[in-house]
Amino acid sequence: MIEVELRVNGTAHRVELDPRVSLLDALREQLGLTGTKKGCNQGACGACTVLVDGDRIAACLALAVQYGGREITTIEGVAHPLQRAFVRTDGLQCGYCTPGQICSALGMLAEADAGMPSAVTEHLAEPRVTLSSAEVRERMSGNLCRCGAYNGITDAIREVAGARPGVSS
Amino acid sequence: MRPFEYVSAPDVATAVRAISDAPGAKLLGGGTNLVDLMRQDVERPTTVVDISGVPLTGVDELPDGGLRIGALVRNSRLAAHPVVRARFPVLAQALLSGASGQLRNMATVGGNLLQRTRCLYFVDASAACNKREPGSGCDAVGGFHRGGAVLGASEHCIATHPSDMAVALAALDAVVEVESVRGTRRVPLVELHRLPGDTPHRETELEPDELITAVEVPASTAAATSRYRKVRDRASFAFALVSVAAAIDVQDGAVAAVRIALGGVAAKPWRAYEAERVLTGARATEAVFREAAEAELAGAVGLPGNEFKIELARRTIVATLRQLRVEGGAA
Ligand SMILES: Cc1cc2nc3c(=O)[nH]c(=O)nc-3n(C[C@H](O)[C@H](O)[C@H](O)COP(=O)(O)OP(=O)(O)OC[C@H]3O[C@@H](n4cnc5c(N)ncnc54)[C@H](O)[C@@H]3O)c2cc1C
Ligand code: SF4
Ligand code: FES
Ligand code: FES
Repeated sequence: MIEVELRVNGTAHRVELDPRVSLLDALREQLGLTGTKKGCNQGACGACTVLVDGDRIAACLALAVQYGGREITTIEGVAHPLQRAFVRTDGLQCGYCTPGQICSALGMLAEADAGMPSAVTEHLAEPRVTLSSAEVRERMSGNLCRCGAYNGITDAIREVAGARPGVSS
Repeated sequence: MRPFEYVSAPDVATAVRAISDAPGAKLLGGGTNLVDLMRQDVERPTTVVDISGVPLTGVDELPDGGLRIGALVRNSRLAAHPVVRARFPVLAQALLSGASGQLRNMATVGGNLLQRTRCLYFVDASAACNKREPGSGCDAVGGFHRGGAVLGASEHCIATHPSDMAVALAALDAVVEVESVRGTRRVPLVELHRLPGDTPHRETELEPDELITAVEVPASTAAATSRYRKVRDRASFAFALVSVAAAIDVQDGAVAAVRIALGGVAAKPWRAYEAERVLTGARATEAVFREAAEAELAGAVGLPGNEFKIELARRTIVATLRQLRVEGGAA
């Protein structure tokens, strides 16, 4: 067992971990933060998305021992206009993918603010990102929704992106 | 997942000592491939040496205009780097076409190069697979092999290398820097991965105790006009069926320099030397592009489930070159 300090949503937790435990399982089973969901456990669905120092990652492929001392944000630590926007646009049905969608979208908006391009960005060297519907869909392709709420999800994200300085939609 | 000893290495010296001291040790970068395969019982390291905190995270311009990329640079950071976007667009595009936003934030350059094949039977510990279990056979040949190789494969294994980034680096003449307790050496990227032959379990030229520290990309006139084109079963977040990384310098309608590599078709990023030979010095026309593509795929061999890749590869080469000709202003 290895002792690790997991800093989650502003609170530090000292936990004893078997090094095999994923960050996802540590959050859910050890810290009782069950907002972060397990879909595929293989990196393919995005349900387990959390933010680490502001970057979105798939917590199912992360060993918890690798993330000691980092600032982890889960859906329990998020209070953002994007959540209301999801409700307004019907960006969910069963809601299972939603925590991952929200965390992923927040990470994605920060990436766009920083001028990161995507696979559909036409002018790669252009430092400003315009979050068109195609851009949002490409950038969010790591988050699957079995209920198919994609139109609402895309609308919610674009609505929030458009309301922010520096990012146009 | 089997138990293992976890070692967190703060620097390269500690890491190379740890992997040389413990036979059966594996390095851990972002973990997006290793953790997955350990969970499937395909990888069974006795010791996991975590190098995610090793400070090989620089992307530095070399005096000659080339780039030196640290092995622990995350895929997303490399794709977003201003010099990569401006001068090596094929590399940025290849990275951005791979995996998802979440995974690119985790994946490292070293781990991306050494990620294992996505062959279904390799990942399924109950299937026959010469790569995973030498001598056990190959369930892919008579089974599902849509993702299988059409170039350089053998009867023992038809697996493909799944990396997009490595295809771009092959086209860019990248060199991989490797460190072990025996010192430092440099391996051209096109020689890093091996073709299967009768030893498909030996995938690269690296020894088990070697650590990739950096990748160097030399300056080239062609790189500025370069592009990555990836064909896959859905528009995003899927591995390549076929991909093409190409860089071309057209002067007065003739090809002055060209570099092409193919992905999804072989056990390694496939540098298209035959196509380059046909193109170099020739007119940059559609007919010549097709001739080059034919030459490269002349020795391709398909199975019922993947023979479509041969014509797909030809067409993707032509389409990529056509697009670059337009972008390079030589249309
Ligand atoms: C759902 C999914 C979809 C994906 N889609 C794509 C795709 O479309 N295109 C694509 O290219 N990739 C794709 N990937 C693969 C992804 O790009 C790789 O998993 C990733 O690049 C591996 O990097 P890592 O740092 O996480 O490697 P790790 O998992 O940490 O390591 C992988 C291997 O490399 C070794 N290693 C790591 N670093 C070093 C080093 N510095 N020196 C020596 N050995 C080292 C490890 O021991 C291990 O054997 C996908 C992955 C998933 C899970
Ligand atoms: S193609 Fe290679 S990796 Fe796939 S089952 Fe056959 S031997 Fe294994
Ligand atoms: S549970 Fe992590 S990506 Fe599906
Ligand atoms: S709302 Fe049900 S999976 Fe997305």
